[in-house]
Amino acid sequence: MKIDRRQFLKLSAAGGGAVFASSLAGCAGMAAGGRDFYFVQLSDAHWGFNGPAVNPDARGTLPKAVAAVNALPIEPDFVFFTGDLTHTTDDPIERRKRMGEFKEIASGLKNKNVRFIPGEHDASLDHGKAWMEFFGETHYSFDHKGVHFVAVDNVSDPAARIGDEQLAWLAADLARQPRDARIVVFTHRPLFDLAPQWDWATRDGAQAIAILEPFQNVTVFYGHIHQENHHMTGHIAHHSAKSLIFPLPAPGSQPKREPVKWDASQPYRGLGFREVQAEKQGPKYAIAEMPVVKS
Amino acid sequence: MTVDRHRRRALASGAALLAAAALGAGVAARGAERVIHVSARRFAYTPNRIELKVGEPVVFELVTEDIVMGFSIPDFKMRSDIVPGKTMRVPLTPDRAGTFIFLCDIFCGEGHENMNGQLVVS
Repeated sequence: MKIDRRQFLKLSAAGGGAVFASSLAGCAGMAAGGRDFYFVQLSDAHWGFNGPAVNPDARGTLPKAVAAVNALPIEPDFVFFTGDLTHTTDDPIERRKRMGEFKEIASGLKNKNVRFIPGEHDASLDHGKAWMEFFGETHYSFDHKGVHFVAVDNVSDPAARIGDEQLAWLAADLARQPRDARIVVFTHRPLFDLAPQWDWATRDGAQAIAILEPFQNVTVFYGHIHQENHHMTGHIAHHSAKSLIFPLPAPGSQPKREPVKWDASQPYRGLGFREVQAEKQGPKYAIAEMPVVKS
Repeated sequence: MTVDRHRRRALASGAALLAAAALGAGVAARGAERVIHVSARRFAYTPNRIELKVGEPVVFELVTEDIVMGFSIPDFKMRSDIVPGKTMRVPLTPDRAGTFIFLCDIFCGEGHENMNGQLVVS
């Protein structure tokens, strides 16, 4: 039986997910003129992390997330990982081992249209060298059903800069789009100054936002902060995703940016992935936050 | 190490620019400032608590014991790279009281997220 996506989102929410249905100006035209579809965003798996106090199931959480995506009643059009696939290590051999293991687990996704960008844990210590061996380019663009997707790398420079060269590429890539194009940006760090005191920013993110600004329908999906966050810069909407390893506290909510401790009474709390739907009608845009394990 | 060379090359030019930019943060003439030495290493600053007075001009003298680090005080929009083998001098005159975070804003490894300290201005 074919289930309507809107109905599916309601069902997802009833099953433990949270639905964020947005009519934000930045999302309003997302699928206008295109075709109805949805994708899944996963982020911050930190494969290789070891810290039982914050996640005693560090090697089990990512496989559980893969299983949860595979169990979705309607297959997404594609799956996107927004960085920190692996936890950082100084050892180049261990780094590649972690990337290989991650890739093997991600290959268990039924949907084979899977794309990745790096996080600073993947790429900052070697300027993305190992990353590119396993996952290819760190920034790129593609089109899907009337939406132009752009993947921006703000981590291969350890100083959290996109860099002049990539900014020029971004401007040239977008120059081919009409001003009312539906544009979705994937990146790891927030492009705006969410909490520079916690290193939750991109040094030259304002330049990227300035390039995006002339376009009427821009939405940014990112990771890095291990929690859901929704923010507008002008008409551009920015949505951060939950992690698959441990949650972090709300920006500036406490003196230290310490991981939230594991709660045995509510295992996997604060972890999850999301579904993002572009619709032709109605709210046009909906995010459903999904748990790794349904309670 | 290759990584260190890359980091150094990529960041050295920016360091001078940023240190110069910080001069605009509002500092009196050289010579009157108190000098505060800060040493960075993976993944800590020494000292990690610095006390200042409102309106007191100081100069941070920053060195790193290992790789390229950052020294950033976002609340005062002040930052500098810290390049191995060099002493970076960055002036600051705090214009308000409070407790502010300083942190490394150049990813330096597994303990990077905990590499920070407190600036206490009274």
